[in-house]
Amino acid sequence: MTMTAVAPPVIRLSAVAYTYPGPPPVRALRPTDLVIRRGEHVAITGPSGSGKSTLLNLLGLLDRPTEGVLEIDGIDVGSASERDRAAVRAHRIGFVFQSFHLLPHRTSAENVMLAQVYADMPRRRRLGAAMAALAEVGLEHRAHALPTALSGGERQRVAIARALVNHPSLLLCDEPTGNLDTATTRELTDLLVSLHEGGTTLVIITHNPAVAGRAERRVTIRDGQLAESPGDGPGGQDGRPGGQDGRPGGQGEGASGQGEGASGQDGRPGGQDTWPGRPDENSVGQDSWPGGQDGEHETRPAG
Amino acid sequence: MRRARRASRRRVIGAASRFRLRDLGSEAMAGLLQRPGRSALTMLGTVLGIGTFVAIVGLSQTATGQIGKQFNALDATQVTVSDTGANQASKPTLDFPADADAIVDRIHGVIGAGVWWTVHFSNAAVSSRPGAGQGTQLSLPVTAATPGALAASGAKLDQGVLFNQFHQAHAQNVAIIGQTTATDLGIFSLQQQPAIFIGGQPFTVIGIIASDPRLPQLNLGVTVPTSTAQRLWGKPLAGQGASMLIQTRLGAAQVVAGQVPIALRPDNPKLLSAAAPPSPTQLRHAVATSLNTLFLALAGIAIVVGAIGIANTTLVAVLERAGEIGLRRALGARPRHIGTQFLAESTALGLFGGLVGASLGVLATLIVTVYHHWTALLDPRVVLAAPIAGGIVGLLAGLYPALRASTVEPAEALRR
Repeated sequence: MTMTAVAPPVIRLSAVAYTYPGPPPVRALRPTDLVIRRGEHVAITGPSGSGKSTLLNLLGLLDRPTEGVLEIDGIDVGSASERDRAAVRAHRIGFVFQSFHLLPHRTSAENVMLAQVYADMPRRRRLGAAMAALAEVGLEHRAHALPTALSGGERQRVAIARALVNHPSLLLCDEPTGNLDTATTRELTDLLVSLHEGGTTLVIITHNPAVAGRAERRVTIRDGQLAESPGDGPGGQDGRPGGQDGRPGGQGEGASGQGEGASGQDGRPGGQDTWPGRPDENSVGQDSWPGGQDGEHETRPAG
Repeated sequence: MRRARRASRRRVIGAASRFRLRDLGSEAMAGLLQRPGRSALTMLGTVLGIGTFVAIVGLSQTATGQIGKQFNALDATQVTVSDTGANQASKPTLDFPADADAIVDRIHGVIGAGVWWTVHFSNAAVSSRPGAGQGTQLSLPVTAATPGALAASGAKLDQGVLFNQFHQAHAQNVAIIGQTTATDLGIFSLQQQPAIFIGGQPFTVIGIIASDPRLPQLNLGVTVPTSTAQRLWGKPLAGQGASMLIQTRLGAAQVVAGQVPIALRPDNPKLLSAAAPPSPTQLRHAVATSLNTLFLALAGIAIVVGAIGIANTTLVAVLERAGEIGLRRALGARPRHIGTQFLAESTALGLFGGLVGASLGVLATLIVTVYHHWTALLDPRVVLAAPIAGGIVGLLAGLYPALRASTVEPAEALRR
């Protein structure tokens, strides 16, 4: 493998774990390593109670890891001050929630502009940026409608526009289609995929296989333990030949490589996504990865 | 070193999240207007409290002003000492010592002082010719006064001079007449040193007075020195004793009044009684009746109830808007941004309540004033302070809810 032009990581988890303080203490996330690079489209799936929410809260800086190092854009945000974490949330992370979280008394444009308040965008430039973000999700014609006048899919598009308006490094979606019907889910997934193709780094937490299947990479979490597409969803981690070329959105196969029954992880060029073999290995550090390369997708189930 | 490290980290992380004052204002207003009915009802307590307060202060000041109208600087600087001893005596008495003017002049705060009394004749006859018949005689009041009394009373001359210490010391037969009296007596000029006859005694008219604000009766009669009056007609009649007029500096009247009887008659101060006008502070005190106190207490209770209402509504809003708080935190708001926003909302509630209350209070004062044909008096500082007081009430009421809002856990709040 060539090591040229590897996209820089947006998210890097090094032995990150989270334990809810007791009594009794509950270990919601076991020590986990995970790297998500710029331009990736990652789906995180898992059954209820598996630790999805915990992982989302950690990635969204709504909670601090109790162990390990969490970096976003190379910044150690796990140990940063609350002031710095708020700044990272404002400028580098865009949130999309299952329940939209639009303010009911404000128009679409006003809801989008709320995100610019804390990111300190000058007031006179807010409306223009909000309209551009709404155009990006195809909703500029509903800019002055109240959320109550919008359909569920439209509401979620407004929420996505709000998440995009500050040009974050990462779009973090928590069950974005959880409140939508099948047809709308497909439309919204199309939108997310097109955003990804436009260069957006997407992390989608979902238990909808139709949504997870569109991601170029799938991470499963079960009992607080992360695994890169173990068995059931090989399509999510199919070795993309260009997977390491670092072109944001350049992979283009987001919707393609999900055929069921694709062969295992082995044998594909660059398919070092999952650590083969030794799931009980506790060693830390990426040097121990096969081939010693900075793997594009690293998930190390530990402990 | 540490600063350098912090600066480099700042470069990496980028600008801190901000919440500008203008955004704070518009977000707080949006929060209030989200539920306009509830906001209006919440303000009601503050409106009532501040309104009652302003109305009471306004009415109280207006009423004080009404009393103050009858109460002017002339009265405020005047002390009258009456000869109670003479009023109870059976024979003509004068309890003022001969040097009374000089003694009182030495009291601190006194500008001028003098003794005077009305001279009573069995048949008062004043004429401009000796031995005139009944037809040409006038029955005019004759007043005996010291030079000090003329000065203290503020007599203004039309022409001539006032009599002085020389005339007083030598009991000269000189007289001062009022303008009206001069016309009645046919005296128009003092150049020929005209004489008049009082009870047959000749007097030289040395002055004609135009006005006398404190002893207006001098304007209508004849005034002679007390020494002359005493030499010719004796002491004042029993029951109609002498008085002393004292002009004081503003604000000194009360104190002077307390000192004069003792200064003049250390042997028996009870012979004299000094009367001073009521002080402005006493007046105001009299107006602040127990009823006003009761209303002020009610206004205070209304303000407290208003504060509790604001605190309660804001707390409910914090709980209701947990999702919004979580969203704002996810969008980069720091806990203090959240707290400040709710604090601004509660302060605005109090401020607007105070504004409306102050307006209603002024209106109530005006209505009552117009109804009674009074002059409305209201210190503008009170009107300006009222909304600020309302704002402070709102600020204090919002402290606890704001603290609660700032400690909301965003992860939990977003799950709803």
